[in-house]
This record gives sequence, C-alpha cells and structure tokens, in this order.
Amino acid sequence: MARSFYPAEHYAPEPQQVSLLPFRFARLSGQELLVNEAGEFLFAPEGTTQSLADGVVDVRSELYKDLKAKHIVFDDTSSPLLDVLATKIRTKYDHLSGGTKLHIFVVTLRCEHSCHYCQVSRQTATKGEFDMSEATADRSISLMLDSPSPHVTLELQGGEPLLAFDIIQYIVPRAKEQAQLRGKGLDIVVTTNLACATDEMLTYFRDEGVRVSTSLDGPAFLHNKNRPRPGNDSYERAIDGIERSRAILGFNNVAALMTTTAASLDHVEEIIEEYVRRDFHTIFLRPISPYGFALKTKTKTGYEMERFLEFYKKGLNHILAINRGGYRLTEIYSQILLSKILTPQGTGYVDLQSPAGQAWNVLVYNYNGDVFASDESRMLAEMQDWTFRLGNVHRDNRHSLFTSEAALNMFEVSCNQSLAGCSDCAFQSYCGADPIYHHATQGDMYGHRPTSGFCKRNMEVIKHLFAFINEDDPQTMGIFWAWLTGNPLPVQVAKCD
Amino acid sequence: MRLTTAGLARNMKGAVVGRITTQDLPFHDRTEHIRFLPEGIEQSSDLSGYRAILSHDDVVTEFPVIERLRESDHFRDGDVIVMEGESGFVRSLYRPYERHHSMFVTERCSSNCLMCSQPPKDHDDVESLTKRNQELIGLMRPAPDYLTITGGEPTLLGDHLFQLIDQLSTALPTTELHVLTNGRTFAWPEYAQRFAAVGHPNICLGVPLYSDCAGDHDHIVQAKGAFDQTVAGLHQAARNGIRVEIRVVLHRLTIPRLAKLAEYIYRNLSFVEHVALMGLEYVGYTPRNIGELWIDPFDYQAELERAVNSLVMRGITVSIYNHQLCVLKPSLWPFAQKSISDWKNLYLPECERCSALAECGGLFKWAVKKHSEHIRAL
Repeated sequence: MARSFYPAEHYAPEPQQVSLLPFRFARLSGQELLVNEAGEFLFAPEGTTQSLADGVVDVRSELYKDLKAKHIVFDDTSSPLLDVLATKIRTKYDHLSGGTKLHIFVVTLRCEHSCHYCQVSRQTATKGEFDMSEATADRSISLMLDSPSPHVTLELQGGEPLLAFDIIQYIVPRAKEQAQLRGKGLDIVVTTNLACATDEMLTYFRDEGVRVSTSLDGPAFLHNKNRPRPGNDSYERAIDGIERSRAILGFNNVAALMTTTAASLDHVEEIIEEYVRRDFHTIFLRPISPYGFALKTKTKTGYEMERFLEFYKKGLNHILAINRGGYRLTEIYSQILLSKILTPQGTGYVDLQSPAGQAWNVLVYNYNGDVFASDESRMLAEMQDWTFRLGNVHRDNRHSLFTSEAALNMFEVSCNQSLAGCSDCAFQSYCGADPIYHHATQGDMYGHRPTSGFCKRNMEVIKHLFAFINEDDPQTMGIFWAWLTGNPLPVQVAKCD
Repeated sequence: MRLTTAGLARNMKGAVVGRITTQDLPFHDRTEHIRFLPEGIEQSSDLSGYRAILSHDDVVTEFPVIERLRESDHFRDGDVIVMEGESGFVRSLYRPYERHHSMFVTERCSSNCLMCSQPPKDHDDVESLTKRNQELIGLMRPAPDYLTITGGEPTLLGDHLFQLIDQLSTALPTTELHVLTNGRTFAWPEYAQRFAAVGHPNICLGVPLYSDCAGDHDHIVQAKGAFDQTVAGLHQAARNGIRVEIRVVLHRLTIPRLAKLAEYIYRNLSFVEHVALMGLEYVGYTPRNIGELWIDPFDYQAELERAVNSLVMRGITVSIYNHQLCVLKPSLWPFAQKSISDWKNLYLPECERCSALAECGGLFKWAVKKHSEHIRAL
C-alpha cells in the first residue's frame, strides 16, 4: 500500500484564484513598500501593487509567496487564516486594554528655573497659590485608581515638584495605600531638574521606591543656555543631582531626558557625547513641543521641522557609531518606531497611538484639580486655551471626564485610520493621530497632513529607519534588535573599533 | 546500539512486555520480569513466575519463550522489551541508561512527508500499541527526564492519547513530555481544549513547519490544506496554554525560504518556545525522493546562519540538530545539539582522529549511505 507523491504544481494556486487582503503601499528608494494591516511589510519591485490590482501577478514566483506569507494576498489553495491576522492586529493594540496607565500629577507650577521653552512655570515664591492641595491630591489619587488598568504609573511633575516636597510626602504614601487596597500595581516617578534635591529627599525616594527622571539638555554651555536659573548653574546642579541620585537610589532608577532647542541644533554630537560621558544608556532625540511659551517665543527656541530632522539623522548616525564601538546607547524615538515596524507588539508611547493616546493612555491632574488629556493640553490651558480640559477632579468622575464635550470632540478625530492623508498612508500602522498637536499648530484638531509638522517628522523618521532596514547591514540591524530585545549588542559589534 | 532482534517463539500468544533480568530473582520479585539467558549460560532449573523467557540458545521450558536469538548482546538488566508471540520479534522499548527516550504510539499518519523517516502505514495499530505502551509506562523505572511521544501522528489515537498522557502524569509526573505531532488536529478548538484539559504538568508539542508559504509546506508534507491546519493548530495550542516548539527539516525544498520562515515564526507564532533546525535523515522515504531533497549541508551554511541569527536577534531560542561540527560554520557551533538517539548514532572512520569528537553529535547510522562530502577530522 505504498503511497504516491505529487509534484509542487499539485499544491500551487491558479492565477484567477488570487484575492487581496487590506494593505497600504508607498514608493521607497526605487522599490515599493507594502504594509499589511498588522504592520508587517515587504519591499517589492516597483509595479507590484499595479500587478496585484490588475490580477496579473505570477502565482509561481517567489514574490507571490512573499505576498502570501505577509498576509497581503490569499488564494483558493489555502484559507486566508484571518484568525491569525486578527490575532496579530489584536496583539498590536494590546496596550489599549485596561485603560489609562500614566497619571501625571502637577504638584506645583512653581520653579526656580526660567527656561525659554517652558510652557507652565511660575517664578512666584508664594507658596500655596500654585501648589496642589491635599483635597485635590486625594481626589486625583482616587480618579487615577478608577482607571481599569491593573497597573498605573504616577508621575510627579511641575513646575519643579521638589519645591512642593511636603505635598509629595502627602501623595506618595496615600497613593500606595489606596493602590494596595484596590489591588493595583503602582509605579511612582518624580520628574525634577534636581537643582534643589537634598540627600534627605533622595533618601525618601529610595525608601519609597520612587524613581527619578531629570533633564539633561547637553554639555554645560548648552544646558545652561537652555535652562537659565539664578547663578547660571543648572548644569552643575543637574550633574551633581544625577550622581547623588544614582548613589542613593541606585544606578538604574535615574533617567534623563533632553529638549531640542534652536541652540541645540548644531550640537547633536556634543549632546550625545554628554550622555555617554554621564554613563546614560538611553537618549531621546525629541523636538520641542509647539505649545505654550515655546510657541510664543518661537524666535528664541523654535525652528523648522526640517532642521530637527537633520539633527535627528545626524544624531542617529552618531549613536549607531557609538553602539558599533561597543557602548550601548538606545535612541528612544527610533526604538519606539522600530518596535512598531519590526516586532509583533505595539507600544504604549502616548504620542504615536491610534486611537490617540491622549486621555486613553495618559491623564494630567493639574495643581488646581483641572484634568487634561495630556501634558500638552494643560500647557495650552496656561495660554488660555481650555479646549482639552476634560473636567475637574472635584466635579467629575472617570465617566464624566471621558464623555465630556472636550473628550468627545477629540476622540472624533483620534483614529488615523479615518483621517484624510492618513487613511491610505503606508505608514499608518506605525504612526498615530495627535489632535492636540494639530489644534495647537493648525487651529484644527483634524489637521492638514501636507502642512503638518507631526506628519513631516514621522514620515521622515519612518522612511529613514526603513532605509536602514532595506539596506540590511547586519551590524546596524543587530544594534536595532539589541535595543528592542534588551539582549547584548552583537558580539562582532562589541569587538570592532 | 541495536533496537530489535528476533528468535523462535514458543508457548506464546500475543505480545509480552517486561523488564529484563539475568539474575535468579526471588519468586515474588519475578512478575514484572523477563528472564534472559545470555549466550553460553547454564540454564537455571527454576524459570517459573517470570512474564516470559528470552534465551540466546535453545532452552527447555513450558513457559512463554523466544529462543535462538539472532543477536542478544545488546540486552542489559533493566531494559524494557516487547516480545511478539507471532513473529518472534523482540524490540527494546526503554533503556534507562540512554539519553533519549521515546514512545512509539502509531504508524498511521494524516500527512505523507517527502522525507518521512518513519513512513506511515494505513493499518489500525492503535489498540495494540496503546496496550503495549500502557504496560511500558508501568515499567519505566527510573523515570526518564524526557520522553518523546512519536509516531506516525499521535493525535490519530483519539482518546487513547489522552489516556496515555493522563497515565504518564500520574506514573511519571517528573518526566517532561514532547509530543511530535503535525499539529493539524489541534486546529479544532475542541481538540486543543481537551488536550489541555488532561493537565499534564510538563508537556510540549514538537510541530514541523517547513515554509512560510502554504503551497511549499503542503507540497513537502503532501497534504493540501496542511499548512493552514498546522498554523491554526499552533494558535489553538497556544491559546489553551499548551507549549510548542517548531521543527524544520533542512533540505533543498526548505532552505531557500528558511530565513523568511524564521521571520514568519516570529511574527505569526511568537509564542513558540524553541525552534529546532534539523538535518535530513537518509532513511524512510528520503532515499526515494533524494533527487528532489538533497543539498549538501556544507552548501546551505549561509542560509542556515542567516536564519539562526534572525531567530537569535529576535530573542527566539534555536537549536541545530543532526549536524556534524566539521560541516557547520563555527559561528553555529553553540547552537548544535547532540540530538541523535544512541541507537541511531554513529561516527565515520575519519571521525576517530577528530579533536572535536566529544562535542560532536555525529551521524545517523543510515547516513553511512549519504552524508555531506565535507566531513573531515578537525
């Protein structure tokens, strides 16, 4: 009863059996980039999409197998495995389940710095006027824990939150106690310039498990220029604070973020070198937010998006060179986008979500109890624009915040799947919607993609990363994957240089 | 190491499974044992109470016996064997001292892979093999660390497979099980649920996937729709908390898209805990299809390295089975496992001069007839 064997043709489809699954495409470096609904992509020869549309693609070609394996086409010889595609899409959106995770508490607006790009700070010494009250703190904690998310992050912000250390000491134990009562996980982070951080404060953070996030804009000349304060010693105080924080809290509990001002644009390599010199292993090359005082003082700090993109590209090249030399340094924005492009997972990063991350992924509780959809929203409010104020902790509950006029207006335009200029964009699944950005820059939440700085930035950064992916240099890809997985840098990379 | 032999059966009906002893055991210890009389041993006067007698030479007895064995020097005390009453066939089922242990559950299969090492037979062996395996499980002492359940396609046993796994979880709870299945049956959600419900504490499916493209996979396993069922089955398994590893046999039909298959596994089957990339075995169907299948492993090192690197970068554990170190690129050595069961394993004459012999997995014994042209002493 020997069984017989059939040739490959027996299992291959007929040309007329080919059907399309949803995909988007773009021309990129002489090829076509096809992206399926779950963000899987394929570089194909130019004309591939046309041949699919015309139904003339060669079903015996390797290209056809690629298209089928990437869930771009299917045929009668096999099911479309829609269940598997659905699982992949669900995995990409997994971060949506559970609700708001990041909760920013603005404990005071007071600050001893007077940064040009800062949107919110007040120089007043008067205590109280711009500090969060205990009653507001209690209500904010309660609203935070009303989020269905099993694990939330509380970020203590300002102003300079350490100027209101007493209210921090009020919030931290209560938030922990309430979280425990409701069976929720809780992380606490304090965002501080560290200029006024005493060892006692840092010891308190260590004992309470509070992590520190600080600002480092680059070497002294640049940092002090960006971040003026009495004595012109912001840099020295930041460095001293970072070192003491690391000594007291532990090395991994201290992170730094930079803001790119017009003055930064010519110094990306020096900024990166400063991060390496200070033994940081992550850096976030991020543009200045077009909000608040930054928008008003555009001459001093603002710049065109083109200039930022030059800054970013030059910076990324330098960062890759540093990694090739064996020093691990992750550029966070690239890491976020690479994760969206190369991995099955989504990311929780608020500014690149669809539906937009504002409110869904982050809520801001202002010192006076006002609740905003994002940090940028409250910055607009400081400029008398209350479009994105969802309500107030003393009047609202989670339901009324999320069904407020402000929230509903925003949600209406928060899915890039349904925005003109995004709905057919090849990069849609890697990008997001940002109604607040477009409201602030274009006076229209819906936004106009051809003139949008958000669109320009993300299009360019994504194309830039795809150029690396298409080039497929083993060292560069090894570094990218090390950033994504946390695995060590490729061995041959560490040896070189 | 030899697995089977044969002799003349007398006084026997059906099959007897038991544990070998050469010792004259006290009467009350004899019930699980088969008394083995090696070559040139004086016959003991009292052969009563044993399950059966096995003898190299002629033996005078009225008890069930297989005598005049063709070979017998591979038997050791403690081996579990089955003696076939009809044919005089004697097969070793469990040898405690070996590294790899397997339990063969059926010769039937729903696929018909071009390179199958154990070609399927369309006769119903389910009842008889299940009975044999139930007895075998009762005799497996000391408990092995790992046990591979193999066929044929084990899921064709239906309820009998669940019974065997259930028995194993009670009798050998510390033994990790690997079930080698084509995964197609798991596409039925009810099946995957029932499998998971058996509740074995430490079980993993080993499922072959040969291409990222349905047509190629279906051609290799000679079954239309198999790719869809296997991929759907893997998802159902994962959804029910059943662990899975992917097994890929490397040959001329799987090599061209191997790196793409690695990417497919990462994007579509990211839950797999291990990917095993395995050399072709020159046995079973392979010799018949060798023209279509053969590529010298030396000639696919670039593709293999690319696939391994791709999986490693993505954080997926990967192993290379059935490859000789002298043929593998040194960068791949850390992934090479000594995976060949002792009884199938051998080395070539030039291997004796090799400095890497102790680390090398060697060859399948049937590879004597067909192996890489590039085997050499290191």
